[in-house]
Amino acid sequence: MQNTIEITDICKHYGPTFALNGVSAMVPQGKVVGLLGHNGAGKSTLIKLALGLIAPTAGRISILGQEPSAAAHELRKRVGYLPENIAFYGNLTGIEVIRYLETLKKAPKGEGTRLLERVGLGAAVSRRVGTYSKGMRQRLGLAQALLGSPELLLLDEPTTGLDPIATRDFYTIMHELSSTGKTVVICSHLLSELEPHLDRAIILGEGKLLAQGSMRELREMVGLPATVVVRLAKGSDGFLHEHWMSGLPVRLRPGATDVVEVDIPLDRKMDLLRRLIEMQDVEDIDIKQPTLARLYELVGTSKMPGEGS
Amino acid sequence: MSAIVDVAYKEFRDGFRNRWMLAITCLFAVLALGIAYFGAVTAGRIGFTSFDATVASLTTLTALVIPLIGLLIAYDTIVGERDSGTLLLMLSYPLSRVELVAGKFLGHSAVLAVATIAGIGVAVALIQIMTPSARTAAAWVDIVRFVASASLLGASFVGMACVISICSRDKSRATGLALLTWFVAVLLFDLLLLAVLVVSGGNATERAVYPYLLLLNPVDVFRLVNLVGLGRGAGNDVFMAMTADHAYQPAILYGAIIAWATGPFVLALAIFRKQEV
Repeated sequence: MQNTIEITDICKHYGPTFALNGVSAMVPQGKVVGLLGHNGAGKSTLIKLALGLIAPTAGRISILGQEPSAAAHELRKRVGYLPENIAFYGNLTGIEVIRYLETLKKAPKGEGTRLLERVGLGAAVSRRVGTYSKGMRQRLGLAQALLGSPELLLLDEPTTGLDPIATRDFYTIMHELSSTGKTVVICSHLLSELEPHLDRAIILGEGKLLAQGSMRELREMVGLPATVVVRLAKGSDGFLHEHWMSGLPVRLRPGATDVVEVDIPLDRKMDLLRRLIEMQDVEDIDIKQPTLARLYELVGTSKMPGEGS
Repeated sequence: MSAIVDVAYKEFRDGFRNRWMLAITCLFAVLALGIAYFGAVTAGRIGFTSFDATVASLTTLTALVIPLIGLLIAYDTIVGERDSGTLLLMLSYPLSRVELVAGKFLGHSAVLAVATIAGIGVAVALIQIMTPSARTAAAWVDIVRFVASASLLGASFVGMACVISICSRDKSRATGLALLTWFVAVLLFDLLLLAVLVVSGGNATERAVYPYLLLLNPVDVFRLVNLVGLGRGAGNDVFMAMTADHAYQPAILYGAIIAWATGPFVLALAIFRKQEV
């Protein structure tokens, strides 16, 4: 599969400060990829490099097979971008903003109007953007990012301010795009919300690449356990402790007498489940996959297992 | 190139919509008519009298007002977009930094030029209707010169506002710098030159150099284009003291005002092209 973004040993420093230091990463075509990291991790710098707004100090970045630069106008038509916290022009109406941007992007006439409908702003097109809520501005931002049917979308905190329905709609659009071969890169801190929608993640910390891969690869890489939650039939409190689960970190859920939780490595999960299903005292089983937040916490604050000391 | 037109058109339309254009047009119309009608009130007369005196008084007032308006309409043109997050967006679009700044500069300058032409146009039409003696070819030359030089003066200060906007971290700093620029250009510059002249007593070298020092300020160049070259009194003692006995070459004055109209804009481009975002 072709890679939409290829980053090789990229460095960017401002004076003595390194914003990015020897990062190599790739984003395959048609995937929804999360770009994660704490503030100052280098996410924004990476986005600016991808857009050709700044030049790398060293290394190479390739977007859709080309090197991004201020002069690469054709490439820019193929990339959609939503900056963080964008306010747009408060004195213009939604339709005026999108028409202006449509002209600058050299997108087909009328596409902006259709996109406003698609993101659910159809009823507010004649209102001044200054009266829009934050969520509405984000929708407008998404609409403009989709102008010209870009092959790559770079979205910085795209769901900030969106209500749950709008957030769901947003991810539906993202999945539709990726199913048609478009690539989506999302910078976000809303990890739990983002997690079910990502194919892959790139995790940055202090200008360095901490981890990258598919969600499964990342979970395996850090060896995080899944948590199996078992609801027991009444009168069978704690029996699991005494029997075959000894040796596993089993605990009673705080405040409950009939629910126990057990952390289990991913490779032993299926074995445990088979045995639980055969037990009569088990009423219900729930499995919590290791969360991206936990993963992010682990790779963001300490060294990865297997990494040299 | 078409991107410059798109950006300029948007800025022009904004200026129209924000009623800047209407305000400036009305201001000029009222100023021009007021000066024309009441200009001779100190001589005990009212009504349209000398067209020359009208242009002279209007020049003095315009030299105060146009720089301020030019700075006010454009001081937030880049820093405002930076604050609202649209600057990064614009730069990610298929248009260059030069196109973005050029479009903004042209759009704002056009607002000022159209408003000046419309405002003065209304006033001139009325003066022409009411005073047949003003219907001369020379009067039309004066009007065209005035309107063109006022537009170029406006462009100069729009260019300076672009420089301020690009270099400022936030809007409040940009506002402060814009007002400071106006204060220096309109008030301080002439006073400083005069103070030095008075203190030194004005030897022959200084008298030779000073008229050229005035070319370093676009406001003075504008006055020179409309007043001194024409042998008119300016009603501005500071200014006249420095230019009284010097004859300027028209080519130098016109060259200077064109240089001032384009220079700050070119500087803005040069800074913006190298600026990190």
